[in-house]
Amino acid sequence: MGYLRAVSPFLGAIVLAFVMQFGVAPMFGAYYQKLLIDIGINIVLAVSLNLVNGFAGQFSIGHAAFMAVGGYAAGAITYYGSFHVFGDALVHHGQGDVLFLAATLVGGCVAAVAGWVVGLPSLRLKGDYLAIVTLGFGEIVRVLLQLTDDVMFKRADIEAASVGTLALALGGALGFGGLPFYTSIVWTYFFAFTLLVIAVRLKTSGEGRAFLSVRENEIAASAMGIDTTRYKVRAFVLAAFFAGIAGSLFAHEIGTTLNPRELGFQKSFDIVIMVVLGGMGSISGAVLAAIVLTLLPEFLREAASYRMIIYALLLISMMILRPQGLFGVREVWELYRRPKVSRPQVRPPGSLP
Amino acid sequence: MALLTVKQLDVHYGAIHALKGLSLTVEAGQIVTLIGSNGAGKTTTLKTISSLLRPTSGDILFDGQSIVGRPTHELVRLGIAHAPEGRGIFANLTVDENLEMGAYVRRDKVGIAADRERALTLFPRLRERLTQSAGTLSGGEQQMLAIGRALLARPRLLLLDEPSLGLAPQVVRTIFDIIRDINASGTTILLVEQNAHMALGVAHFGYVLEVGQIVMADRAETLAKSDEVRKAYLGVG
Ligand SMILES: Nc1ncnc2c1ncn2[C@@H]1O[C@H](COP(=O)(O)OP(=O)(O)OP(=O)(O)O)[C@@H](O)[C@H]1O
Ligand SMILES: [Mg+2]
Repeated sequence: MGYLRAVSPFLGAIVLAFVMQFGVAPMFGAYYQKLLIDIGINIVLAVSLNLVNGFAGQFSIGHAAFMAVGGYAAGAITYYGSFHVFGDALVHHGQGDVLFLAATLVGGCVAAVAGWVVGLPSLRLKGDYLAIVTLGFGEIVRVLLQLTDDVMFKRADIEAASVGTLALALGGALGFGGLPFYTSIVWTYFFAFTLLVIAVRLKTSGEGRAFLSVRENEIAASAMGIDTTRYKVRAFVLAAFFAGIAGSLFAHEIGTTLNPRELGFQKSFDIVIMVVLGGMGSISGAVLAAIVLTLLPEFLREAASYRMIIYALLLISMMILRPQGLFGVREVWELYRRPKVSRPQVRPPGSLP
Repeated sequence: MALLTVKQLDVHYGAIHALKGLSLTVEAGQIVTLIGSNGAGKTTTLKTISSLLRPTSGDILFDGQSIVGRPTHELVRLGIAHAPEGRGIFANLTVDENLEMGAYVRRDKVGIAADRERALTLFPRLRERLTQSAGTLSGGEQQMLAIGRALLARPRLLLLDEPSLGLAPQVVRTIFDIIRDINASGTTILLVEQNAHMALGVAHFGYVLEVGQIVMADRAETLAKSDEVRKAYLGVG
């Protein structure tokens, strides 16, 4: 039973991912298929940031930096790894997909380590101070990536170079071009569904209740016997892992370039907005916000130069009308279930809106 | 042996010297009260015992074992439950979920269910409000919830910080009756109170705290009769 419970999320995620690829995607054209991937990646980003900002009540505004760390680590592995294995950096389905999967998981792990390092100060810092640390971390990552060397593209050079040299040849300010395009709807939604299952289980278990109590009142939570530090760090590490995965998906997607500017605080803010809009702590809210906020700029494309203004106005009015986000801490499926219980959305002390 | 021994405790908030060499003991099975005026250091004492604050010097022994520097969540497992000042309930969780959080460190389902039942018997009002979010309870009900929740940890030592704060006299009496009941069933209690009259009424032993120092320590009945206490804290004479 325990074994089944452990593997079922992965089996479910695989099935659903294939449904997305062969059931849903064919209904749309190539352009919309790319949008579908963008949506999936944003779901991974929003739901993972929600673990930190919503569940644990910490306020991180550097999520894109974990994405960058994971994306670059994974990208370097597939790119230089492909040269070693295949002699070029083209897509080789089969073996290449295995390389991509391994690189993505390594990217997630590297990002998770970074999350642990950034999560540690969250033991001592609260609210705005923590936000500044995460912002600073994001900037450090961006600047360091800009300082890296040019990407190598000659097979002989690459085979002669040491791992250390390759690890520093990430393209600098120009970005890391030439990565093979492995990101597909199947891969994207496999990771998205896996994360969703983990997040839902976390929230509905006793653990989830512990997370919420840390967010609501840290002193009272520790007085209940909850190791608040462990929960906060755990949230950071898990969130960073999936941000790293999203980074890898982004890096290997057609039509995107892995580039330090793209993954700066503008991107971090976009993700924060998704979480806030969906409702801090609401998983379905984060998913819905990720879908809406990915599609909205596309639909507003007609309005050309006014697009970002309309987008901003929509966000502002949303925050005035529903400051707790679409769902608050609740889920879509809870909206109609307990009308008899009034849940005031009391903002936990010390948290930012 | 005393269940709790506090020896020469010094606590600072930056430059503020909040506790100055404070010592006290709590015998197992008793209710011990700590009374004193605003800012005397009562809350500071409880927070230091439950490791929410770290002393600059001194020692705290629980069951003969030093607990200074051990994190709060470990002390809960050892048997120290703290119902903090200002209640500290989880406003967005329901009453029942709050109670459930109280039993966070326990795994014995049967025992938990029995203790939950007991808390609900002590505070029937909570039973009527089980599915309501705790943030919508009245101040008195929140206080009941804070105490009930602390009981679910099945503590050996219960630290109560001003359970009567802001409550109507009728409710205050109920709360003190319940404190007596809890103690009668075997839980040792360290009770911090402004309401010296009620506190000395239920306690076995009492300490009077003034600006970070113990100025009197005696059996509760004796303290209640002493001129100093009557003048300063009971508003008599
Ligand atoms: N976080 C803090 N920072 C600085 N000083 C503090 C802090 N907390 C308490 N103090 C000071 O320490 C002293 C003792 O405070 P404490 O809260 O222990 O008093 P108390 O006896 O519980 O008072 P009350 O009956 O009003 O609750 C006070 O002078 C208070 O101003
Ligand atoms: Mg106090």
